[in-house]
Amino acid sequence: MNAILIAVALLGIIGAASATILYLTGQKFKVIEDPLIEQIQEILPGANCGGCGFPGCRGFASAVVKSYTMDDLFCPVGGQETMDKIATILGKTAPATSKKIAVVRCDGTCEHRPQTSIYDGAPRCAIEAALYGGETDCFFGCLGLGDCVDACLFDAIHINPQTLLPEVDEDKCTACGACVKACPKDIIELRKQGPKSRRIFVSCVNKDKGPIARKACEVACIGCSKCLQVCAFDAITIENNLAYIDDDKCRLCRKCVPVCPTNSIWELNFPPRKEKASESSKEEIKKTV
Amino acid sequence: MENKLVVSPSPHVHGRDSIPKNMYGVLIALIPAFLVSLYVFRLDAIIITLFSVLFCVGFEYLIAKFILKKQPTITDGSAILTGILLAFNLPSNLPLWILAIGALAAIGIGKMSFGGLGNNIFNPALVGRIFLLISFPAQMTTWPVPATAATDAVTSATVLANLKFNPDNLPSLTHMFLGTEGGSLGEMSALALLLGLGYLLWKKIITWHIPTAILGTVALFSGILYLIHPIPQHNPLIHLFSGGLMLGAIFMATDYVTSPLTKKGMLIYGFFIGIITMCIRLWGAYPEGMSFAIVLMNGFTPLINYYTTPKRFGEVKKNG
Amino acid sequence: MLKTFRIGGIHPKANKLSAGKTIQSIEIPDEVSIPLAQHIGAPSQPVVKKGDKVKVGTLIGKSVGFVSANIHSSVSGTVKKIDKVVDVSGYRRDAVIISVEGDEWEDSIDRSETLINECALSQKEIIDKIAASGIVGMGGATFPTHVKLMPPPGTKAEVLIINGVECEPYLTSDHQLMMEKTEEILIGTTLLMKALNVSKAIIGIENNKKDVIAKFSQLASSYPGIRIQPLEERYPQGGEKQLIDALIGRQVPSGALPIAVGAVVQNVGTTFAVYEAVQKNKPLIERIVTVTGEEVHNPCNIRSRIGVPFQALIDFAGGLPQNTGKIVSGGPMMGKAVAYTDIPVTKGTSGILIISSSKAKRKTPKDCIRCAKCVQVCPMGLNPTLLMNLSEYAVWDRAEKNHITDCIECGSCSYTCPADRPLLDYIRLGKGKVMALMKARKN
Repeated sequence: MNAILIAVALLGIIGAASATILYLTGQKFKVIEDPLIEQIQEILPGANCGGCGFPGCRGFASAVVKSYTMDDLFCPVGGQETMDKIATILGKTAPATSKKIAVVRCDGTCEHRPQTSIYDGAPRCAIEAALYGGETDCFFGCLGLGDCVDACLFDAIHINPQTLLPEVDEDKCTACGACVKACPKDIIELRKQGPKSRRIFVSCVNKDKGPIARKACEVACIGCSKCLQVCAFDAITIENNLAYIDDDKCRLCRKCVPVCPTNSIWELNFPPRKEKASESSKEEIKKTV
Repeated sequence: MENKLVVSPSPHVHGRDSIPKNMYGVLIALIPAFLVSLYVFRLDAIIITLFSVLFCVGFEYLIAKFILKKQPTITDGSAILTGILLAFNLPSNLPLWILAIGALAAIGIGKMSFGGLGNNIFNPALVGRIFLLISFPAQMTTWPVPATAATDAVTSATVLANLKFNPDNLPSLTHMFLGTEGGSLGEMSALALLLGLGYLLWKKIITWHIPTAILGTVALFSGILYLIHPIPQHNPLIHLFSGGLMLGAIFMATDYVTSPLTKKGMLIYGFFIGIITMCIRLWGAYPEGMSFAIVLMNGFTPLINYYTTPKRFGEVKKNG
Repeated sequence: MLKTFRIGGIHPKANKLSAGKTIQSIEIPDEVSIPLAQHIGAPSQPVVKKGDKVKVGTLIGKSVGFVSANIHSSVSGTVKKIDKVVDVSGYRRDAVIISVEGDEWEDSIDRSETLINECALSQKEIIDKIAASGIVGMGGATFPTHVKLMPPPGTKAEVLIINGVECEPYLTSDHQLMMEKTEEILIGTTLLMKALNVSKAIIGIENNKKDVIAKFSQLASSYPGIRIQPLEERYPQGGEKQLIDALIGRQVPSGALPIAVGAVVQNVGTTFAVYEAVQKNKPLIERIVTVTGEEVHNPCNIRSRIGVPFQALIDFAGGLPQNTGKIVSGGPMMGKAVAYTDIPVTKGTSGILIISSSKAKRKTPKDCIRCAKCVQVCPMGLNPTLLMNLSEYAVWDRAEKNHITDCIECGSCSYTCPADRPLLDYIRLGKGKVMALMKARKN
């Protein structure tokens, strides 16, 4: 009986002493932090992808709490919905931003872009790109080894085994930008998703002169400026033999698409055109992921 | 020119060294020890070795093909080597069904459960041996008397067991060195094993660091004790030539996958194997501690790798 | 006694098929493309335009910035255009394309073979002349030579090291140059000693070139301060840091330049170019290129003008073999594989190696068996298998702590690996990433 009492007493004393010490140290080393940060972190997706430009979600949360406005802060993964929730908590207004999505600007499939050499090194785009232009005569196009796939935390980009090109899963892509950073050839771009996911873009990044680009790849942009002439909204620019469509200015009129002699301008998720309906629907099937 | 050019990063030549080359090199180094066991145990040596290899290769093939679903790599020689090393650690009269269990433990638990060659933490052959030693202590420690020994008994204890429990009944050192005393298949002759070491060093399959560290530590440890208290239990020569010490130091502890990368690390690893072996031999419950020591240090290998770095260029003080 | 470096190293099969073949000149093709980026540092700025007439030795590209080099026309003719041409980098970069007309040289160049021993120029004048002649390291690194001759403040050169090691298998261009231009190289060495203001020079030559060692030792006595040191055959002895360690027993600290231990290393090809530039007013417009390979009909050493396409040299050596699988610019250990045969020869092209298709492809990599052979051969004392894993999984901070930036990319690890793992591929990637991160942190 006595032994039990002693044991209970001893344990009780040890417990009480430890609790006191823990409490005192806790008080002494207490970090005073805005409780809002914790609250906002809970709303954030928690992927820690860095797509916002801050190291992890907590970094973003503290930045958004400290910042005066929310203009330059945006969580690409959570999107507008999350930003609006954060704005409610902070009593600020979130600027309206349009949802973006990753777009792969290369259509150099095996048929379009014949292979001219064999790469035989470690299967990483970054390693191949540091070595030479790539297995085809197009030195700007996709290498197809999937650095973007490895970089994606959301399983939203995959190499199509037929075309050997990456394809973006629109439902999963959060526009965090990890693939954009991973691509050594700067092929992937974050563009506005557009109404009903309708987008128009130049699916080529080849800056070589027209004849060289055309020889390397059937669907290369040759910088002929035909699209520039039909665009009524000044959305297209040509630099270094390469056309670029500004998604802020583009009104999705689709005039540029049929004039492209190499079919390097893509339209996604549009209803089929009336004329040449059969062909464009075929395109539609091919291009829709 | 019709064929497409291959483009790859440098270097564009390879030294033609390969995993099979190293594995078969070790197999060649084991031939002298096998010949001795053949001489001592006759047909039993062939049966145990052959079936051990068959079981190991078979299990590796089946596990790779049906469980891991990857291309079996039995031709690289590593499963054959595991089989032979396992056989060399077993008594020659072990029933074949126990041998099969040992092979399954070695390949299944020791190697393939980690993902195959290169990923295992512990030496597969030793995992198999320890599994058997703990599961079947009686069968694992009854040694048939060698056909060459001059007694009528059918079974006998090993030198180390005698040393521990019956120190008056010790064989001569010459017998131990040449390998005509009882024991596991491969640990008979220190001489044959040393010949194998010579071959491994000559072919640059292993470096001298691990065997030297182990043997040196054991010799030093027991030597100091012998100087303080000269009884047979402390005789360094008996310790060096008996049991699995040579086999372990030359063929088991030097296993690429489970030993440290740097020379410094190898010396540390060998030193501790020596210490642990001696502690078990002198004060432990088992007569032999080599396999436990190696497996224990296998577990420390990642830690040793983390804390030892190779001697870097430019770190050395100027001496010009 | 033979000397060598202290850590790691391998001994690949030498395969010097073109050893002892006299240097031959080849016909100048109808058109050459001279790249404007032939050196480490900023590409040169073109100073000619379409339609301009140029002679051999006319300046066509002016160096911009501190680390850069001049480029001279290697032929006479008319500038056709300045356009992008695929060069050894594997990408299209700016080059001056010249249609060849005759072979007319600038008047200032002394084309005679007479040996000129005396040099009245001052230290600065020599360096200026070297800079004006566009000389870069001709061993393959192509670092502008004049930059190396101006030690940064606070450092002092004590010894000049001439690199005649040629440890790369197959290559013999330096070997043959040393054989044929021994005296010129010795005079060049004297000029470099003057430019650096040092009284001591060591020429390091591997022992597989006994003829060169004998010839140099015989002649060197009349050049004060120059010593010939035979070296054990071992790769990568031609690496700057390894050579310094082998010759004077000092190890360049991690991240530092050779000048930190008082040494400056120049290649023998560079030394010969220095002789020609200073004594003969001849800018760097040609170099010796070894064309070699097991299947090559006639492995040889060619004196080629800069800008001549590889194809012309290969044709001279008997044409491209039917079963060609890989063409390497440089040696097999550190050379660069190219995808086209019309790539121009540049200042750094030490050889063209043709590998047959049966040997062109690597074997499939297996899992690492941790045999530590890469650790044993690494001449920088690194842990290649660890660095590869860290690079593969992007653990840059640990890669940096394990000194990935010390890697000299010699390829000994990949050469040795029994599991055929692409160690250097990943380490090179990681080295680049870590260097970029370190640079970003500094700014």
